[in-house]
Amino acid sequence: MVKEIERVGIPVVHICTVVPISLTIGANRIIPAVGIPYPLGDPTLGEEKSKKIRRTLIEKAFNALQTEIEEQTVFE
Amino acid sequence: MKLELGKINIKDVQFGPETKVEQGVLYVNEEEVIRIAKLDDRILDAKVELARPGESVRIAPVKDVIEPRVKVSRGDGAIFPGMLNKVKQVGSGRTHALVGATVITCGRIVGFQEGLIDMSGPAAKYVPFSQTNNVCVVIEPVEGLTTHDYEAAGRMVGLRVAAYIGEAGRDATPDEIKVYETKPIVEQIQQYPDLPKVGYIHMLQSQGLLHDTYYYGVDAKQMVPTFMYPTEIMDGAIVSGNCVAPCDKVTTFHHFNNPVIADLYERHGVDINFIGVILTNENVFLADKERSSDMVAKLCQFLCLDGVIITEEGYGNPDTDLMMNCKKVSQAGVKVVLITDEFPGKDGKSQSLADAVDEADALVSCGNGNEIIHFPPMERLIGTLDFIESMIGGYEGSLKEDGSIDAELQIVIASTIANGYNKLAAKGY
Amino acid sequence: MKKYKVVHYINQFFASIGGEEMADIPPEIRPGIVGPGLALQNGLGEGYEVVATIICGDNFFGSNMKEATETILAMIAPYEPDLFVAGPAFNAGRYGVACGAVSKEIGERLEIPAITGMYSENPGVDMFRKDLHIIQTANSAADMRKAMPKICKLAKKMLSGEEILSPEEEGYFERGIRVNYFNEERGSARAIDLLVEKMAGRPYETEYPMPEFDRVPPNPPVEDISKVKIAIVTSGGIVPQGNPDRIESSSATKYGVYSIADMKTMSKDDFMTVHGGYDRQFVLENPNLVIPLDVLREMEDEGVIGELADYFVTTTGTGTAVGSAKRFGQEFTKKLLEDQIGAVILTST
Repeated sequence: MVKEIERVGIPVVHICTVVPISLTIGANRIIPAVGIPYPLGDPTLGEEKSKKIRRTLIEKAFNALQTEIEEQTVFE
Repeated sequence: MKLELGKINIKDVQFGPETKVEQGVLYVNEEEVIRIAKLDDRILDAKVELARPGESVRIAPVKDVIEPRVKVSRGDGAIFPGMLNKVKQVGSGRTHALVGATVITCGRIVGFQEGLIDMSGPAAKYVPFSQTNNVCVVIEPVEGLTTHDYEAAGRMVGLRVAAYIGEAGRDATPDEIKVYETKPIVEQIQQYPDLPKVGYIHMLQSQGLLHDTYYYGVDAKQMVPTFMYPTEIMDGAIVSGNCVAPCDKVTTFHHFNNPVIADLYERHGVDINFIGVILTNENVFLADKERSSDMVAKLCQFLCLDGVIITEEGYGNPDTDLMMNCKKVSQAGVKVVLITDEFPGKDGKSQSLADAVDEADALVSCGNGNEIIHFPPMERLIGTLDFIESMIGGYEGSLKEDGSIDAELQIVIASTIANGYNKLAAKGY
Repeated sequence: MKKYKVVHYINQFFASIGGEEMADIPPEIRPGIVGPGLALQNGLGEGYEVVATIICGDNFFGSNMKEATETILAMIAPYEPDLFVAGPAFNAGRYGVACGAVSKEIGERLEIPAITGMYSENPGVDMFRKDLHIIQTANSAADMRKAMPKICKLAKKMLSGEEILSPEEEGYFERGIRVNYFNEERGSARAIDLLVEKMAGRPYETEYPMPEFDRVPPNPPVEDISKVKIAIVTSGGIVPQGNPDRIESSSATKYGVYSIADMKTMSKDDFMTVHGGYDRQFVLENPNLVIPLDVLREMEDEGVIGELADYFVTTTGTGTAVGSAKRFGQEFTKKLLEDQIGAVILTST
């Protein structure tokens, strides 16, 4: 789905846990998420900390969207 | 470690006042099985039904399938160490197995990963349990049980009942005794110095509810890769707590009867030197995947292996673990062959795996789980069909009014199990 | 006795009209057989009749694919053909591509079997092998005597519904479509055989060659995210409570578009996940872990982003074929473009 969005000209960022799969499939802007059962947050740390993590990931995502890249890039 | 496995062949199963084996027939005391199932106060009620090969019977949703076994030699522990029986090193001495019989746990689903078994008809050929005499325990949980609790309760019922029935084999005379032996590394290498040293990398599903596996009672999520003598698995050191997708489920029966271990022992001393098993997991964090695969490669190198076979449990993100293992082990100079199943979509045209590396150039296929299969109606149903359409492989409209089902092959328990147990494969057309 | 009606497609050269200099001729239709159509008719035999032949210049087809195909379709439709055969093209590249393209289109539109043949290095093979049965031929027209009978044999099976066997048995290029069968040996035994060969340094053949995934170049970055409308897409399987559209837990055949208008956060009362590939307990409790609505609304209020679309797009990622995901993407991107979405965040577990 990521590639189809890219193909029509909309910049897209993939936030995902299993980065190798994202790389293999061919996403261009990739943000590593926390874990498979909880990609955008960490509920084991309590809601407040979990939400902070979520915010940080989204900020990274927007940063990636605003960054020029030539090839597949994982924004750690 | 040396194990004598006594196989007692079972050709029929019947209810009887006493649980015993006589002339190849397994007699089961129904009341006693129900009593044992209800020992767990999370279980409200249980029913026992028998399913034999060739009968017009459908069993759904299936949680686990277990072969009744019992350790008969003194001092060598008991089956399911750390789970049902006390923790103790197993894999030596003598064990008896009721071959051709199983215990199947079923009942209302925990999650949609549970599957079905047809004892006859066109779908029977996809599952080995259409050929076995099955004691089906249909469990009903108490109200308000959490899913985690229900899963645990169901799992323990299966193990308890299988151990109880396994006792019937204690004093029986086996039809066949197979001896399996793996020596400590230096001796093992010296036993067949001219044969290539082969290891088996066994990946265990470890991703949470209905996605867990246990080694001596330890949740595989919490393991780091380790060495296991192949015979340990024959005594139930590994127990299934998962149903990742029904077709991929490595049932506890399949752990007992791991085909890679069985077939490597067949060739042991013939054209390979079977060194042993490396156990590893498939965790949900990228760092864990990296760590486990690094350690697997390290162990392969340390054990001086020439080649390995790797099996996976599940599909999707564990394909990454499979590929990481493949890549790192290959780069350590060890030859790798992978066994896995495929999900190329209903039309067979999409990529079969979610991840890929160049080193994965030798792969054995266990079939395409997306193929649509037609399941004709069966006369008797053990369990319930209520959940078919939300079970994996099912979809809206799967279940027809006449009781027949159209669904993907992945709804059949262990139909494409990625350890090579079945003869099902896929090829390119 | 009813005869199957066959339409044959050839180029200007095989129609004896001319060589390169005549490659620009537009499609024409002639009743009956032309040139190699004779070999086709003979190969098929009684019960089959080549009722018409389309001739088209390779260059014309190459430069006007859509238009040419429509014209050809209109020309052959009145004949109500049962079978379409193109070429064989051997090693002629433009001809091979034309044969592949027109066979695929005619086959799909008229819903009839369509078949062609070409040499392995013909670019038409890689382009169309997934969509068609392409018979393998040698690299020159001298092979016509061997190639045409193979085409005819397979074509007859396609018409009669007789089982089509493996690529090796029938002589076509493997299409990469995975089909189940029962081997004589179980997988573990085959794996050991494979390993023994590999360790010995002897040749071995994998049962599944590693798949390839295509690439799309990255789009230029968003200039200023505070001026842009963002949309969320997920493969995490988030759906409204009750899964009203019955999106599958694995191997999804559909996607959903659901409203988040006026919502400040994803509530577990409104949403759940049906994804069968992960432990759902955390996401069921807090769907924001997959659709980060709470944070995105805050950022929208703060002016960090221009606007958040009032819906999200969702499907289940596990076991879902790449082909399906691609199809979903092709469909919903139309809506994203209509709604002038400037950037997308796609979340996966």
